[in-house]
Amino acid sequence: MATYELNVNGQRKQVNVDPTTPLLWVLREELKLTGTKYGCGISACGACTVHVAGIATRSCVVPVSLIGDRPIVTIEGIGNDPVGRAVQDAWVEKDVVQCGYCQSGQIMSAVALLKTTARPTDANIEQSLGGNLCRCGTYVRIREAIKRASGQLT
Amino acid sequence: MLLRSRRTGSVFDQAAPNANRILRSVTVILVACGAGLLLMSFASPQARHGDRARTRTEGLVAWQQVYSVLTSPRCINCHTATNYPQQGDDRRRHFANVIRGPEGKGVAGLNCASCHQETNADSTGVPGGHNWHLAPLSMRWQDLNDEPLSSVAVCRAITDQSKNHHLDGPGLLKHHEDEALVRWAWQPGRRPDGTMRTLPPLTHEEFVAATRRWVEAGTPCPPGR
Repeated sequence: MATYELNVNGQRKQVNVDPTTPLLWVLREELKLTGTKYGCGISACGACTVHVAGIATRSCVVPVSLIGDRPIVTIEGIGNDPVGRAVQDAWVEKDVVQCGYCQSGQIMSAVALLKTTARPTDANIEQSLGGNLCRCGTYVRIREAIKRASGQLT
Repeated sequence: MLLRSRRTGSVFDQAAPNANRILRSVTVILVACGAGLLLMSFASPQARHGDRARTRTEGLVAWQQVYSVLTSPRCINCHTATNYPQQGDDRRRHFANVIRGPEGKGVAGLNCASCHQETNADSTGVPGGHNWHLAPLSMRWQDLNDEPLSSVAVCRAITDQSKNHHLDGPGLLKHHEDEALVRWAWQPGRRPDGTMRTLPPLTHEEFVAATRRWVEAGTPCPPGR
């Protein structure tokens, strides 16, 4: 076990966990931030996506010991960011969600995309969210919502 | 001195037999040296050519060793000609729809760094290293069917400074010796099932030594296509 000081959603959090514990489980089990979901556990589905130093990161495969002092933002904190707020609003407006399990990961990836590409094309969206799977098949509405948020931001 | 002794009949006359022997010896030596130099002057172009040929041959042997490493999965999986990296010893397409992206680092939302951290994550089986990224397309060592390029083609690409970020021979040696992602190939960590990833066919020390011999030979490339 080891103690780690994490910067999560702008707050300092201290956890005492095994160094090999994936960040996902630190967020969910230690910090009770359960908006980030466990999907596949091998970074293949994107449900566990959070931002680490602004990079959309698959938290299920990153041991907490490798985080260091990089700031973490989860779905619980992304609404404090203007881009995150716009994306969440667009998600509601376009009624994207069906079962919702993958959607926090979808939103985190969408925000990462819009932060680097203000007016993404369909191809940009498909590439950037290509690692976020949705078994309900909400992809068309996800694309519409991203474009809606883009329009709101530019 | 000898001629003078003959003319004058001086005491030096007594030394004449010895002097003649010395003169003959000196003459023989001079003639031998001259002949030797003459022979060497005729032979030297061939000798120099032989040295060059030997050096080039040694360089080509060293290059084949370098090539064996470059085309091993630990290296070639990120030197693709396609829009995606590969993974595993079977060099399969990287899972999760990972793509190259404009800088070889994936795209926003799906960057290499979305999973690959600064070091290996052995507990989850995700390899990592500083600045994890794909090699540029100019340094592709595969064709579009994911088949490794020939030794000649890779050699020509890697020695073309318009393709290799302007690295000359010493620059290539330093790249092989120090670059973090090159060195990673010999510390590739564990697979998700806990087993160790396979290593290139040479040790890093052998790889660097082979690169050095190749560079010292003038980075020769094999003939052909």
